Amino acid sequence: MTTTAQDQNQRIRSVLVPADQRPAPAGAISASLTYGWRALLKIKHIPEQLFDVTVFPIMMTVMFTYIFGGAIAGSVDGYVQFLIPGIFVQTMIMITMYTGPTLNRDISKGVFDRFRSLPTWRPAQLVGALLGDQIRYILAGTIILGVGFVMGFRPEGGLTGVITAFLLLLVFSFSLSWVWTVISLLVRTEQAAMGISMFIMMPLTFASNIFVDPETMPSWLQGAVEVNPVSVVVTAIRELMAGVGQFSSVTLVLVYCAVLIGVFGPLSMYFYNRKS
Amino acid sequence: MSVPAIETRGLVKRFGSTAAVDGIDLDIAQGGIYGVLGPNGAGKTTAIRMLATLLRPDAGEARVLGHDVFTEPKTIREKIALTGQFASLDEDLTGIENLMLLGRLLGYSSRQAKSRGMTLLEAFGLTEAANRQVKKYSGGMRRRLDIAGSLIVSPQLMFLDEPTTGIDPRSRNQVWDIIRTLVAGGTTILLTTQHLEEADQLADRIAVIDTGKAIAEGTPGQLKAQVGTGALKVRVADPARREEAAEILGRTLMTEVLRESDPSALTVRLEDESRAASALLALQDSALAVETFALGQPSLDEVFLALTGHKTAHEATDGETADAQEEAA
Repeated sequence: MTTTAQDQNQRIRSVLVPADQRPAPAGAISASLTYGWRALLKIKHIPEQLFDVTVFPIMMTVMFTYIFGGAIAGSVDGYVQFLIPGIFVQTMIMITMYTGPTLNRDISKGVFDRFRSLPTWRPAQLVGALLGDQIRYILAGTIILGVGFVMGFRPEGGLTGVITAFLLLLVFSFSLSWVWTVISLLVRTEQAAMGISMFIMMPLTFASNIFVDPETMPSWLQGAVEVNPVSVVVTAIRELMAGVGQFSSVTLVLVYCAVLIGVFGPLSMYFYNRKS
Repeated sequence: MSVPAIETRGLVKRFGSTAAVDGIDLDIAQGGIYGVLGPNGAGKTTAIRMLATLLRPDAGEARVLGHDVFTEPKTIREKIALTGQFASLDEDLTGIENLMLLGRLLGYSSRQAKSRGMTLLEAFGLTEAANRQVKKYSGGMRRRLDIAGSLIVSPQLMFLDEPTTGIDPRSRNQVWDIIRTLVAGGTTILLTTQHLEEADQLADRIAVIDTGKAIAEGTPGQLKAQVGTGALKVRVADPARREEAAEILGRTLMTEVLRESDPSALTVRLEDESRAASALLALQDSALAVETFALGQPSLDEVFLALTGHKTAHEATDGETADAQEEAA
């Protein structure tokens, strides 16, 4: 053994913490926030992953407004007021889908074995990842509303209405993310997670009141559109932004959120704990 | 310290129809290093994952530091640390960020976690790489950081899954030194390895695992007594005459001769190393030219041949399947 090796062993021995001096492990909230911090560090180190929350929202907003504006509402100006809140919701919930593949890739790595061997509240690993995603959602939402403003969107509800709507949508996005989490835990590859998520998301966003007034649809479809959670969210968001927020609409969205978390949260944990 | 570190009875884990771990009984006392030796796909990683409460056993009993893996996983997690086969680190983050992350989860404040992390990085000679992403680390650096991550608070029991696989010999020696240091500090270590030499160098006791079963258990000395102390490896100059050489070696040493996949190479287990010279002389007498020869420790293949009468499972197809399933899981 060389002298340096001995030195190193000496140093290692001197930095070991005796078992009775260890702190109590982080609690549920603190652990969730720590995993959220990890998600932020990942954004810092791989800023490319923000491409989907920056370029995609701009593309969606500009494309849909100019393509459908003239045909549906007669003019782009008139359509912007109706469409922006809808696009705001659609883009955000499409971005939540990335949660699934990202998590799928993440938990297949060795570091999750270590996380799972730590004495912390296990759901924190998932909650933290979803909390980190909130930053992505805030960025995407801000960009959509900014582009909308440039295109002539002037919500009657003012700043208060827009911020309340934004917060409500963040809560809904967080709740919806648990669905993608369950899917990502059930399938083997991230491509499969994306495929299934897309399959669920496409009908939900198009069979809704995002692009057109449901009154133009056949009556059997109207029924489906009305109970579609996406429509419920869009209605509440439109009202809030227009300054005519309804307590009942907001409550309904929160009920949907509670159901999503109540069902898919425990399911996520069930599959997560059994994932080998 | 009377509680055993690990106690298992009939531990079983199946993946589909393959039993990755097929009824393993272990009794591991606290203190020292316990080595689990076996080829790829033998079930070492699966066994460790069950003991580290990452995987639920399908049958059997297991107690870690006196706590049941089924009913008290949380208590076990407070006392163990796991260093997985593929670095248990977040490759996108820097070295210090990895340690801070673990430190905060283990209950340190942000500032404490940072200073603890820097102290550990310094002790492991990684200070200069503190702000570099782990994906840019060499294999040896990763291993050291990985082990540092297990020492933020001292575990009573540390699992090291193939700690030296895929790193260069110099880093391997460093890791060995670190492991010995930790044991001197009072931690019990369970390590898996594919190399008899590693188990021999480090472990106080060894279990040999093959296709999910423990086929031998004992001190390295006991094990080697079963296997033979060493091995004579010979490469003949003319591959066509290998059979002839094998026959001469077998007759002179009165033991089995292993034909390596290299068409010129032969390996003979030696009960008594001093007889190697007479075997080489016998080859010379038959005018069999030997290109190289070496005396060494028996390889894992030879250990298996001695213990089971067959070669390691990774040469057979169902070994590959078990392997693939273990990786998929």
